[in-house]
Amino acid sequence: MDSMVSWLSLLGFGDKGWGDELLRGAWLSLEISMSAYIVGLALGLAGALAKLSKRRTAVFVAVAYTTIIRSIPDILIIFLIYYTATDVLRSAVTFTRLASEFQINGFVAATLSLGIVQGGYSTEVLRGAITAVPRGQAEAAHALGLTRRQTFFLVTLPQMIPLALPGLGNLWLVVLKESSLVSLIGFTELVLAGKMAAGATRDYFLFYCAIAFVFLVMSSLSAMLFHALEIATTSSGRHR
Amino acid sequence: MTEFGHYLASQLLAGIQTTVILFVGCALVGNLLAIPVALARLSARPWLRYPAVAFILAFRGTPLLVQLYLCYFGVGQLLAGVPSIRYSPFWPMLRGAYGYAFLTLSLNTAAYCGEIWRGAIQAIPDGQREAGQSLGLSKARIMISIFLPQAFRLALPAIGGQNILLLKGTALASTITVFELMGAANLVRAQTFRVYEPLFAAALGYFLLAALVTTGFGFVERRLSRRY
Repeated sequence: MDSMVSWLSLLGFGDKGWGDELLRGAWLSLEISMSAYIVGLALGLAGALAKLSKRRTAVFVAVAYTTIIRSIPDILIIFLIYYTATDVLRSAVTFTRLASEFQINGFVAATLSLGIVQGGYSTEVLRGAITAVPRGQAEAAHALGLTRRQTFFLVTLPQMIPLALPGLGNLWLVVLKESSLVSLIGFTELVLAGKMAAGATRDYFLFYCAIAFVFLVMSSLSAMLFHALEIATTSSGRHR
Repeated sequence: MTEFGHYLASQLLAGIQTTVILFVGCALVGNLLAIPVALARLSARPWLRYPAVAFILAFRGTPLLVQLYLCYFGVGQLLAGVPSIRYSPFWPMLRGAYGYAFLTLSLNTAAYCGEIWRGAIQAIPDGQREAGQSLGLSKARIMISIFLPQAFRLALPAIGGQNILLLKGTALASTITVFELMGAANLVRAQTFRVYEPLFAAALGYFLLAALVTTGFGFVERRLSRRY
């Protein structure tokens, strides 16, 4: 049982153990996933509206966006956005002479790159939910004299949320797992924290198992949460 | 073409070959494994069902990157700790990252596609089974001749999407030192300090490969829908 004790002390808290580092990493993973999820939903809503709009250019831009996101590896897009965003922001800051030295915040860069990837996936889910709301609803709103904006925010949006929930749950599970990719641009979330611990102790198997386990717990809990949410919304909204 | 252009092209061409081989191999093994996984998942026998449930949960609940790390660094470490393996003639084969990437990506695809197959098999009305039974067909025959062909048609769009995800997943093999398209782009980037050219070139490569895979699946889908 000697190895068992050493495993526990490695995963424990305090000076010898890496438990606190891993826990902080897990929290950062959750934070980055949530902010990327929100950015992704905002982009996805814009993308879905663009895809459904009558303007040719809007449709073209949205289709190009989703096609690129769907066919190019996420890690490549994250690298590209990371470097482009840092370069553009740095040159903008130095050009306006706000500061001579500028380094983009790691959290912002990670959120932005992950969020843009996530936006591509969200577009499809939200577009499906918007089209699933019967046309008659929007027509009735027009007949009542609501503007297009009012129609969308007051009539379509509240009705599409229960329809979109299964897809939104899937998107959250995707972004939670994708958040591991920002470890590759040097953001110390769970995977990078575990990688450092594994490298320092040479106990690769233990630490990667621990990371996988934490992800498994996080995704199982979120799946249960979304399932409960789905049941709650369907029972309250379907008593017509 | 400039010297840099030649260098970039030669590296990326070498990388794209590995990507294609990795993708085709994992797609074949993963998609074939998916059917037994789905059947085990649907089995009435607990000793078949629970391992399949655990397998699917483990692979769908954790990031692919962590799976690759766990397999390459973790299992690699365990294997290196066993002297009879460490000093066996097979060690040079077990040390390379290629096999680990192949194994992980195949199993990952099997888990995701297994779940797709499960949904498709369950979507087929039970009357089909009863009809098969009334014709005197065995359980295995009903599954092979009645359920699987119909489930295949239902599952095909989702399987196509999953295979695109597999293609994108092969890019992560570069993180465990497999020299494929993404790895080639990273190498050029590190050696020449030029960021955008290698990354955009690799992106174009993946884009074309994905278009090819999508077209292929679309072709099969059209062929299947025409026959019925």
